Amino acid sequence: MIALLERELRLALRTPGDSLGAVLFFILVAALFPFGVGPEPAALARLAPGALVAAMLLAALLPLDRMFGAEAEDGSLDLLLLSGVSPAGLAMVKAAGHWLTTAVPLLVAVPIAAAMLNLPIEAWGVAMLALGLATLVLSLLGTLGAALTLGARRGGVLLPLLVLPLAIPAVIFAAGAIEAQASGVSPRAFLLFLAAQAALLAPLMPLAAGAALRDA
Amino acid sequence: MLAVDAIACWRGERAVFAGLSFGLTAGEALVLAGRNGAGKSSLLRILAGLLAPAEGRVLWDGEDTAEDRPAHARRLRWLGHADALKPSLTVAENLAIFARLSSDSSTTVGAALAAVGLGPLANLPVRALSAGQRRRASLARLALGQAPLWLLDEPTVGLDAISVEQLGTLLAAHRAGGGMVIVATHLPLPLPGARKLML
Repeated sequence: MIALLERELRLALRTPGDSLGAVLFFILVAALFPFGVGPEPAALARLAPGALVAAMLLAALLPLDRMFGAEAEDGSLDLLLLSGVSPAGLAMVKAAGHWLTTAVPLLVAVPIAAAMLNLPIEAWGVAMLALGLATLVLSLLGTLGAALTLGARRGGVLLPLLVLPLAIPAVIFAAGAIEAQASGVSPRAFLLFLAAQAALLAPLMPLAAGAALRDA
Repeated sequence: MLAVDAIACWRGERAVFAGLSFGLTAGEALVLAGRNGAGKSSLLRILAGLLAPAEGRVLWDGEDTAEDRPAHARRLRWLGHADALKPSLTVAENLAIFARLSSDSSTTVGAALAAVGLGPLANLPVRALSAGQRRRASLARLALGQAPLWLLDEPTVGLDAISVEQLGTLLAAHRAGGGMVIVATHLPLPLPGARKLML
């Protein structure tokens, strides 16, 4: 499992374009809001939590359809399934790899997007924590979606349709946490709900994704 | 030893093959022949455990391989249609990752590459290799470790005459050591004494 995760990280480092693309997409989406809503600070700050979460989850979706697709195309998936790692273990590593190579670079870019959306600086820390948990939920759901849509035609279109509705609770609680902190209320309950979602999905999702991979 | 017991493979409503049985003992080689779509690749996938047969069982030393897939995976080496190499990594890195995953360190990456004549290219990224060189790099995976059963799907595609000969040497050494080879191909392969199975 550790060897597999190392492989994920090494591949991501060799082709940094994928992670960088997601980061630029995130920043650009966040930059569109001031143009659409107008530069009035109060209106932007009101929108900021939801816009940040939505932009981040959309950006994190981008590399998902290649997660297993690229491995299946070049024949690596067969070798991975024959390497003695269980399909569920493989799915777990893929989810962790997605979070480390896509979500972490996105989190680093949060201050840039937050500044453009005029989010109060006191809320930046909580925003990063909430978005970190929300992307963890998305990495887990997305891995399941990627495993299910593997081999399907137009899988890249099907995947967001499958994953985004399931990510709605994460959007609600992440945006809620950021908004609470921005208006001076404790975000603790929101963050705990987010963490609970991640904790619930972490053991269940790999089993489901592994079953999907075996039948792919 | 490998024994195939009355397996069947369906594609949609149509049986690709059914009631197929054969056995293979140490040192033996089997060439799968047949037209395109006859089920050669499907049979190899079933033997590897990548595809479940519609009927029948694949046995190893009398035990059903479906019961312990990881153990079966450890005793085989798989060479599919695609080369399963990552273009951004070097040849040596690609092999080293595989060696770590299969946790069999009885042969070094350097020795495996030398066996297919790719030693000098070890530190080149795979994207700089020609199609034939990539095929040889994926063949080098066979020489990593000591798995007894080799399953090869069209191993000679893109290989020049010298590389085919090197593959022949590799296969002969494997069989001399008690290994088994099952290969789907319609190109001539230096595999003396191999049995032939028409699908």
